[in-house]
Amino acid sequence: MKNDSRSRNHPAYWAFLVHRLSGVALTLFLPLHFWALGNALHGEAKLESFLRWSDQPLVKWAETILVLLLAAHMAGGVRLLMLEFVSLPGNAHEVNAWQKTLLAGAAGVSVVVGLLFLLNLI
Amino acid sequence: MANLQVKIWRGAEEGEFQEYEVPRLESQTVLDVVTYVQRRLDPSLAYRFACRVGVCGSCAMSVNGVSRWTCRTHVSKVAPDDKLEIAPLRNLPVIKDVVTDMSEFFDKWAKARGRFTGSKTRKDAFAEVKPESKQRKAVDAAIECIGCGVCYSACEVVTWKPDYLGPAALNRAWTLVNDVRDVAQQERLAAVAGDAGCHACHTHMACTERCPKGISPTAGIAGLKRAILSATLKGEM
Repeated sequence: MKNDSRSRNHPAYWAFLVHRLSGVALTLFLPLHFWALGNALHGEAKLESFLRWSDQPLVKWAETILVLLLAAHMAGGVRLLMLEFVSLPGNAHEVNAWQKTLLAGAAGVSVVVGLLFLLNLI
Repeated sequence: MANLQVKIWRGAEEGEFQEYEVPRLESQTVLDVVTYVQRRLDPSLAYRFACRVGVCGSCAMSVNGVSRWTCRTHVSKVAPDDKLEIAPLRNLPVIKDVVTDMSEFFDKWAKARGRFTGSKTRKDAFAEVKPESKQRKAVDAAIECIGCGVCYSACEVVTWKPDYLGPAALNRAWTLVNDVRDVAQQERLAAVAGDAGCHACHTHMACTERCPKGISPTAGIAGLKRAILSATLKGEM
């Protein structure tokens, strides 16, 4: 028998999901990113026209989400490195309290980075 | 008090939930409920328990989808709506009803080199291990495992990768890695460094979240990873 969402409903699993899904989304975005950069090889005009296209509000919103995903993936990665490389003595209660602090910190950093990007747009 | 509506898994891997109505009592544990069903309603129900007080680790089951020790899980904590769904532990073959075959769970303790290997004889003096030493503290945090299988049942990685040693076996290995008297450290690190060992952990922390004894196998698994890294950098592995 396998677990269902009732067993998986705890903060560290949500953090795992955010990390995995943002990672997959960023991986899918990378080829587009390289394609955009590659436009520069075909002259300034082609890149410029793409950059003007990307000024549309909807694309800027998508970029904000992208920045948020990137920040979440980075902050989540730092959280994992802290869990792996900083010695965790103590019981599950203490470890859980610490990992939830790390998680809250990672979520906070992500939102701040996303909002800063958004502020920059406005 | 209203009656409890209880669904209990009947059968083996194939089977179905059967419904029972059990009187709701004060301070009632989930194990009390299962025992009531077996003694009053359906003697063919198979389940395991021994001590009833959180020492033996026999009575773990899945309660409303979450792996728990049933003897110290109060109904009031897990069934505010007076509904219980009781199923066997996950990630283990079901023998009958809520009884699982725990052989592979314990075999993995052996695979993780979970036994102590000393070098002293009875003629030698006692080893001195200071209570405040770093190793002793690490052992203290992890040693109270009762082998209930809750962490193994809650672990998603065991589901994805059935040969993964699992949180309990790796936690046991971690206690021995910190045992300054043990002389089989390299062998143990090699045993837990493989594909099915500590590096397979995805840090979901379900084990830490669910362990009824308040142990954090995640911390032990991270410790094993560091110990392996350190031994590798020193050329010991």
